[in-house]
Amino acid sequence: MDAKIACRRVWKLYGRDPEGFLAAHGGDPSDGAIVADGYIPAVRHASLEVFPGEILVIMGLSGSGKSTLVRCLSRLIEPTAGEVLFDGQDLLKVPARELIEIRRHKMGMVFQHFALLPHRTVLQNVAFPLEVQGVDRATREQRALEIIELVGLKGRDRYYPRELSGGQQQRVGIARSLAVEPDVWFLDEPFSALDPLIRREMQDEFLRLQTMLRKTIAFITHDFDEAIRLADRIAIMNEGRIVQIGTPEELVTRPADDYVANFTRDVAREKLLTIASVMQAPAVGQPVSDGTVRQTDKVADVARQIVGSELPLRVADDSDRIVGVVSRARVLDMLFSREPDSGG
Amino acid sequence: MAESAVPNGELALRRWVAGTGQSGLRVALFLVAPSVLVLALGPFLPDWLRIVPQEWSAPFVGWINAAVEILRREEIFGLFTFRDLTRAIANLIDYPLDFVEAILVAGFSESVPGLPWIAVTGLAIVLGWYLQGRQLGVIAGICFAYMAIFGKWELSMVTLSVVLVAAPIAGAIGVALGIAAYKRRWFETVLWPILNVMQALPHFSYMIPVAIFIGIGHKAGTIATIIFAFPVMARLTLLGLKGVSPEVREAGTMAGCTKRQMLWKVELPAARPTLMVGVNQVIMLCLAMVVLASFVGAKGLGHDLLNRLRSLWIGQALEIGVVIVFMAIILDRLSQAWARKEPEHMREGPFHVRHPFLTAGAAVVVVSYVMAAFVPALQLWPKSLSITTAPLWDALIDDIIVYAFDYLELIKDTLLVHVLIPMRDLYLMLPWSALLVFAVTLGWYYGGWQVAGIQALFALYLAFAGFWERTLITAYMVSFAVIVCVIIGSIVGIWAAAGPRRTKVVELILDTFQTFPSFIYLIPAIMLFSVNDFAAIMAIVIYATIPTTRLTIFGLRMVPHDIVEAAITSGCTPRQVLWKVRMPLAFPAIMLGINQTIMYALFMVVIAAFIGTTDLGQEIFRSKADNNAGKSLVVGLCIAFMGLMADQLINAWARERKKLLGLE
Ligand SMILES: Nc1ncnc2c1ncn2[C@@H]1O[C@H](COP(=O)(O)OP(=O)(O)OP(=O)(O)O)[C@@H](O)[C@H]1O
Ligand SMILES: [Mg+2]
Repeated sequence: MDAKIACRRVWKLYGRDPEGFLAAHGGDPSDGAIVADGYIPAVRHASLEVFPGEILVIMGLSGSGKSTLVRCLSRLIEPTAGEVLFDGQDLLKVPARELIEIRRHKMGMVFQHFALLPHRTVLQNVAFPLEVQGVDRATREQRALEIIELVGLKGRDRYYPRELSGGQQQRVGIARSLAVEPDVWFLDEPFSALDPLIRREMQDEFLRLQTMLRKTIAFITHDFDEAIRLADRIAIMNEGRIVQIGTPEELVTRPADDYVANFTRDVAREKLLTIASVMQAPAVGQPVSDGTVRQTDKVADVARQIVGSELPLRVADDSDRIVGVVSRARVLDMLFSREPDSGG
Repeated sequence: MAESAVPNGELALRRWVAGTGQSGLRVALFLVAPSVLVLALGPFLPDWLRIVPQEWSAPFVGWINAAVEILRREEIFGLFTFRDLTRAIANLIDYPLDFVEAILVAGFSESVPGLPWIAVTGLAIVLGWYLQGRQLGVIAGICFAYMAIFGKWELSMVTLSVVLVAAPIAGAIGVALGIAAYKRRWFETVLWPILNVMQALPHFSYMIPVAIFIGIGHKAGTIATIIFAFPVMARLTLLGLKGVSPEVREAGTMAGCTKRQMLWKVELPAARPTLMVGVNQVIMLCLAMVVLASFVGAKGLGHDLLNRLRSLWIGQALEIGVVIVFMAIILDRLSQAWARKEPEHMREGPFHVRHPFLTAGAAVVVVSYVMAAFVPALQLWPKSLSITTAPLWDALIDDIIVYAFDYLELIKDTLLVHVLIPMRDLYLMLPWSALLVFAVTLGWYYGGWQVAGIQALFALYLAFAGFWERTLITAYMVSFAVIVCVIIGSIVGIWAAAGPRRTKVVELILDTFQTFPSFIYLIPAIMLFSVNDFAAIMAIVIYATIPTTRLTIFGLRMVPHDIVEAAITSGCTPRQVLWKVRMPLAFPAIMLGINQTIMYALFMVVIAAFIGTTDLGQEIFRSKADNNAGKSLVVGLCIAFMGLMADQLINAWARERKKLLGLE
């Protein structure tokens, strides 16, 4: 499958003459040279791909370059070097006029502090991207109302942002970014400014929307729990570099370095790992209970059932074939010992 | 950070100056010593180092007058002179001016009268109610009704009409310039210093050029008002646009805005709060200026006030003063309420439910016209029914004079003989070279070579402009006034900052006083001390104490609460908390207040020249009398540069101090 949006060897340096500096060092300066010449490396040599319908979460500590990378993907920031491919087309070579068209129809973005226009009602905010395209009023308001209903703000369309709670404001931000039915959706820490309960609610809302809309998504967060809940794959950034890209399970079971391991250490593994990672091959003649679990079930969801049974349970795959067994001991080991576990 | 950019030798010198231990003393010594040296050497210095001889002075006045003459006489493209052009533009202003005046009071013809006074009053009530609430509506109603009942209706409406015409034009010019500066870096670089100088130029410096190119009269006053008021809007527009959060701008980009859509649909609306501060200030500056513009023939309240003051009819002057004060209060309150007004979602229903205030306004107009058609007193309050308080005031003043005259005279004479005159003589001994040395050392120490260079330019201008003695006299009046202001201001400020209730009361008073046009402050000064230097200083003090007081309160209240608590738990007495903790931390803010006090004082010194002083203000007055544009501008710049010198030094100092205290 071709990537919907991808970047290759993207650099973003801040300083006096980043292009010249990069060229002088053959496009790949050492850390020492960057520091010595007083440049700030926001993004270094970053390559990634986001496939259609996928949620790629970008994670990292504050200042690790997440926002900069995503802004390079949407060309809100001009990268110093590298290429950004949007539907296979090099976005960095697209002329300004065409870029505006792409943004008007194919991209949407949600911001950490909502970035709503304070002088416009909810309806006018949501309709704003359509308004700048020149869509006539009746059509755009009609469309905006549909999306407002979709994000659960029905009846609030005449309110001003100031009159809404933080969570509601971000719903408006989400609605606005969806108004043009974009293919690609960028979200820069959309829920970081919300308190934990609301955040959780918004994550559910986000997943609900995504199951309906199937957008291609680049989602920034610095909260690993959030990343695990939402991500198909996670890219971890450190000091401008992408240090690892993989599924949450891969990151937990095979972290590339200590930095990644540090992120994953406190994760509740049972919520993340599937039965497949703890099951064993069925032995002939082994007594098993009547119950069956699926290999794609999360351990946490079926732990009670397994632990409550004297005998091991059978594990079935998607086509209901028995592919293994899982015993009480294995699950208890995983829950309490917290050793890395490579599965059956 | 800043230090790393400084060469080694300089750094070492700076370290040595700052030293260790009693560094304050050492710094002070270092900064003051060179100028003390020059001062002490004063008598031995060659004359030219003390006062620049007249024949060396740069003939700025001549140059400017020559330029003015060319603009007046020479024809551009052989078609018309520059003056013709400005006069033609000025004539355009007549249309909106006449129109608004006709609506408010004059009427369009016999059969189509202007709005009856009850209509204007009613509209003011509706507006106040709409913008803030019933209370503001009532205040607005009282203010306007007062103007009618006390027989000042026509004058007030003429003044109001100038403000209503000048403010939008000044606002539009300011916004346009601000946008242009925001879009083009080079334009900002050019515009910013010009704005700084324009905002530091005293009111009168605008009037003479305007009088020359447009002539004396009502519209000249209006144009002077516009020129005076637009810089603040330009500055705030630029600041507002720069302050728009990058995220909001990115949201605009991601929505696919073109540059123009970005400006009009995203950036300007998002900058609204700052722009509205500008609107308020433009309105208030317009009012202040239109009152003063009576000197170049603007009609209205200022004109009458000027005449009454000239003939020392204090009671009547006071009466007009009160009306001006009411006008100031109501314009300020309304525009602030407008600035604060947040949009609210509309109720659903028919027109009068969705737009209750629009409906009410229309109803007021219709009903008033109908009523006024039957009862003429509702169209224009009859003179015979007007109340006048002038005799009351006059009696009161007579009483004051009778009972307090001796004391007032005593105070005045003591101060004059023992403080003011010696101080003045001392100032007059100051060689220009000492000022130069002093300014450059201070500038270098707090702001580096760039600041020192600018300071040197300012000082040299003052020395070579040819008005050195007048400059010194101005400096003496201003510095005496500023010292008094600072003493009073900080005492009141400290008192007011001690409790939230006090703060609220004092701030309300300050807010109100600050809105009054500066001209007003002459009235009590003249009333008590008649016409002389001392009265002028009094007027300056009354007016210029406000900023120091305000910023003292602000600075003291801004001190982080935990620091105060830490001091208390360390066993400080309340007095120690104040002097050892809160005052030092509030000091940068207080200094900025003093800075503003200096600016206010410099402005007022020119207005006070009306009372008859012998400083630069008087020169501006004289240049007005003989239409000497060059002189008025050169002298105006003297005053502006004095202000800017102080401004730059204090700001550089405050910045450094705040960095040290970690307050930024
Ligand atoms: N305009 C700029 N000029 C100079 N340095 C910048 C600029 N923008 C970002 N940086 C630097 O680039 C680095 C990456 O910034 P970025 O905003 O992408 O981090 P982030 O991962 O999004 O952090 P956060 O979680 O705080 O949002 C930071 O060190 C930042 O200081
Ligand atoms: Mg960020």
